Amino acid sequence: MTELKNIRNFSIVAHIDHGKSTLADRLIQLTGTVAERDMKAQMLDSMDIERERGITIKANSVRIEYPARDGETYILNLIDTPGHVDFGYEVSRSMRAVEGSLLVVDATQGVEAQTLANVYQAIDADHEIVPVLNKIDLPAAEVDQVKAQIEDVIGIDASQAIEISAKTGIGIPDVLEAIVHRLPAPKGDSAAPLKAMLVDSWYDAYLGVVVLIRVMDGVIRKGDRIKMMKTGAVYGVDKLAVLKPQMVDIKELGPGEIGIFTGSIKQVRDTRVGDTITHEKKPTANALPGFKPAQPVVFCGLFPVDAAEFEDLRDAIEKLALNDASFSYEMETSAALGFGFRCGFLGLLHLEVIRDRLEREYDIDLITTAPSVIYKIHMRDGSEIELHNPADMPDLTHVDHIEEPRIKATILVPDEFLGDVLKLCQDRRGIQLDLTYAGSRAMVVYDLPLNEVVFDFYDRLKSVTKGYASFDYQLIGYREDVLVKMSILVNEEPVDALSMMVHRDRAEARGRMMCEKLKDLIPRHMFKIPIQAAIGGRVIARETIAAMRKDVTAKCYGGDVTRKKKLLEKQKKGKKKMREFGKVAIPQEAFINALKMDS
Amino acid sequence: MTEDWRAGGFGVYLHWPFCQAKCPYCDFNSHVAASIDQSRWQRAYLAEIDRVGSETKGRILDTVFFGGGTPSLMQPDLVAAILERIRATWATSNSFEVTLEANPTSVEADRFQGYRDAGVNRVSIGIQALNDLDLRALGRMHSVAEARSAFALAQKVFDRVSFDLIYARQNQSLTDWRAELREAVSMAADHLSLYQLTIEDGTAFGDRFARGRLPGLPVEDSAADMYFATQEICEAAGLPGYEISNHARPGAESRHNLIYWNCGDYLGIGPGAHGRLTSGGQRYATDTPRQPGAWLQQVETTGTGEVAREQIGAPDQLVELLMMGLRLRDGVSLARAQGRCEKDRLLLKINELHKIGMLDTSQNRLRATERGRAVLNAVLTELYDAIT
Ligand SMILES: Nc1nc2c(ncn2[C@@H]2O[C@H](COP(=O)(O)OP(=O)(O)OP(=O)(O)O)[C@@H](O)[C@H]2O)c(=O)[nH]1
Ligand SMILES: C[S@@+](CC[C@H](N)C(=O)[O-])C[C@H]1O[C@@H](n2cnc3c(N)ncnc32)[C@H](O)[C@@H]1O
Ligand code: SF4
Ligand SMILES: [Mg+2]
Repeated sequence: MTELKNIRNFSIVAHIDHGKSTLADRLIQLTGTVAERDMKAQMLDSMDIERERGITIKANSVRIEYPARDGETYILNLIDTPGHVDFGYEVSRSMRAVEGSLLVVDATQGVEAQTLANVYQAIDADHEIVPVLNKIDLPAAEVDQVKAQIEDVIGIDASQAIEISAKTGIGIPDVLEAIVHRLPAPKGDSAAPLKAMLVDSWYDAYLGVVVLIRVMDGVIRKGDRIKMMKTGAVYGVDKLAVLKPQMVDIKELGPGEIGIFTGSIKQVRDTRVGDTITHEKKPTANALPGFKPAQPVVFCGLFPVDAAEFEDLRDAIEKLALNDASFSYEMETSAALGFGFRCGFLGLLHLEVIRDRLEREYDIDLITTAPSVIYKIHMRDGSEIELHNPADMPDLTHVDHIEEPRIKATILVPDEFLGDVLKLCQDRRGIQLDLTYAGSRAMVVYDLPLNEVVFDFYDRLKSVTKGYASFDYQLIGYREDVLVKMSILVNEEPVDALSMMVHRDRAEARGRMMCEKLKDLIPRHMFKIPIQAAIGGRVIARETIAAMRKDVTAKCYGGDVTRKKKLLEKQKKGKKKMREFGKVAIPQEAFINALKMDS
Repeated sequence: MTEDWRAGGFGVYLHWPFCQAKCPYCDFNSHVAASIDQSRWQRAYLAEIDRVGSETKGRILDTVFFGGGTPSLMQPDLVAAILERIRATWATSNSFEVTLEANPTSVEADRFQGYRDAGVNRVSIGIQALNDLDLRALGRMHSVAEARSAFALAQKVFDRVSFDLIYARQNQSLTDWRAELREAVSMAADHLSLYQLTIEDGTAFGDRFARGRLPGLPVEDSAADMYFATQEICEAAGLPGYEISNHARPGAESRHNLIYWNCGDYLGIGPGAHGRLTSGGQRYATDTPRQPGAWLQQVETTGTGEVAREQIGAPDQLVELLMMGLRLRDGVSLARAQGRCEKDRLLLKINELHKIGMLDTSQNRLRATERGRAVLNAVLTELYDAIT
């Protein structure tokens, strides 16, 4: 057990790509937590998908020991957090487990939308904040301007900001000293009954369910019988360890400490992030307040391409959900796609990440149906329905009006791209709320319908601003609008997975675009295929995929027979990656790609 | 059913794996060698004929095909010795056909009479294009003039002459091809093989294509236009297409190649030569080492050029029957196909494809329609799915 005064717990927060994970690398390296030969860039980003995309998706914690200049050795628990807007929930959750935050700002980029969003969360969590200016090794770094920005835009003192390069290592010793001297030590009472926060959990192929905890009061030891207060589940502690970042067994964890335990936990549902863990025999009287549950805002259906893999999908989804409290799911059946799940996500990147992880980590090919937000359908009889899936849209004769969710979007953008951003927001039915300047950058605030944003707004924003804009949003409520359900018919048959709610004025353009996209995404067949977009019985857009005309191989003689047979086998496998609708095989990727808009 | 091969016939395919230069589009088993010891090759070929002959005693041989590579690089003496041994091994049918693939350079034309004397009665000449620029782009060693004189000589020397052209070449328009094809049919061969250029992996063209450095190839629709124009022009000239890429005056079809498409038995002799053989009531696929040196050495040291023989089960036989047979305008006999399966799923699929105009089942035969033949890969994928 470590003395409280020698513990410091903090999260590293920043806008996406400002260098959080790289800074974590340097802290791990300089303190010798990981042997030099085992170091690799962004070492806490351990998932394939994180390494491929170069972004952090899951918050990760690591315990390091730092012999400070004052002669004392400190235990530092750092939590590296993701920067992308979709994973804001990871950040807020992580902040509850620590007392301070390093606010990293890329000195070549300055304050961005998630810098702001994260600062507000840190202030909310009563954190001590240490501003860190990163990437000062780059010639484009503008240290003074960015400091001024931090003071003007965020309103915190930047005179003490530490100037570093997480890449070259400049300034890292100062960061370590600041952690020790500027962040508070945790509080807690080791004699009190055990009170620990369930911070995170995940599934490990060897250990089963692993639970990450932060001890507030009391002491947890290997062999203890503990209880999860919300779910009432009781387990024995089989393994107790700290993350360095590999697991290193430890006898006990006291107040202020962060570590993991396992306890042959069978029921994935028993571990809820934010729950309080206490001793079975001598429980604490007051549980922690828990986390505000994450509200999924985007929904879509996930179906196995091969219907026989439904049970595998269920198992995979349960395991993944354990690791990601912000993701929700329930079973769904569709006439055309069979059994699957209706899943809720925090945004489109979140959706893509979950789908990718299911496909890779669990080897299941999936069909993703058109993402949708939650609409409120007000019925003539006064009742209200929450519509998660356009396929469930009730008969219009019973509908009085429909409300859709709106967001407040904050966009920071250099002057030169402002016009493009305003046009984009306007095209997406936005209402401008505010427009201010901070230096040569504009901060625009828009009220936008969420359904115009979830799908590809972020991609479009990045492309019209060459990556120079940043974006953050929050839900502000529901508002009535003229919304209709648009169906897509392929070869005269409606494909539920592609139906969506759209604004009446945008329906035609959207329908035309979908039909054009599908025309390119669905391969030619032996017959011609009409593709239609329709509202009710009325066709609003139409395209035709011409019949395939020639695909036969020119030469086939004695020596080619075996080779040709292998080709047929390969084509058969390829067909397995498609689903048939009205005799038309639609490739798996078509479902999601059909929805991407060009403007 | 065990003697089902008789519906296709019995032939010998003999592979000569050498060429003067490797053409950039070609993925045949062909190699360029500095020197070739033809007497050593002769011993190996003869030994192989003896070996496969003892397994097929009493059969009547319908065809022999010297394919390559470039068999017109073989000494006429070598061809003579091989054909002599073949005639000593099997009785030959009345319409015995012996084809040799020839490249149309003058050197090779000089050997035509020798081949005739050895017993070759049909040549297939690789003319490829009737335009010098395109011949160069295809990496060919001959000119149009040389090709024409080789062809004229062949017509004097042999009973039957066919030639090959490749179309859908870089920057070739439909109009260009129509004109070129009209010229070709006017040359009065009794048989034409007209292949759409296929970009094969592992060839120079394949690499260039992958790197985006092979511009001007026709897209699906123009390739289709060329294919249908080919059918129309040849038909009008009295050379109807009897197979996807082969056109002949009725009666002048390649009997040897019909053995492949009708799933007869054929022995594969030489490096990389494949065979199909019915023996003891079972059907087998045979194969040999691809590398010329490896094949020679194996024949010399082990007494057989064959590597592991594989048995072909009933479903696979059906796949092969459809895969090959539906390439023919005449298709396959329904009785023959049904003898190998009672699968409802297949019949349903056939019906479905019939309904959309891809297959035809009249006169107790299963045929791909003209449209169906053009998209035969898709048709076969559907059928394959239903069989396996
Ligand atoms: N030149 C320079 N590049 C840096 C520095 N710090 C980080 N980078 C680079 O910036 C990019 C983003 O760094 P990360 O550490 O992955 O950023 P992050 O904040 O963890 O990103 P997310 O987790 O996706 O939000 C990488 O290419 C780093 O190599 C620095 O001090 N100087
Ligand atoms: C065994 S090959 C060649 C015979 C002979 N060596 C020659 O080149 O003339 C038989 C025929 O296949 C055709 N061929 C070869 N490769 C081809 C390809 N990639 N695409 C289309 N036809 C091809 C050519 O027309 C060639 O004449
Ligand atoms: S096309 Fe003929 S000559 Fe050219 S490499 Fe192939 S086999 Fe040899
Ligand atoms: Mg990161």
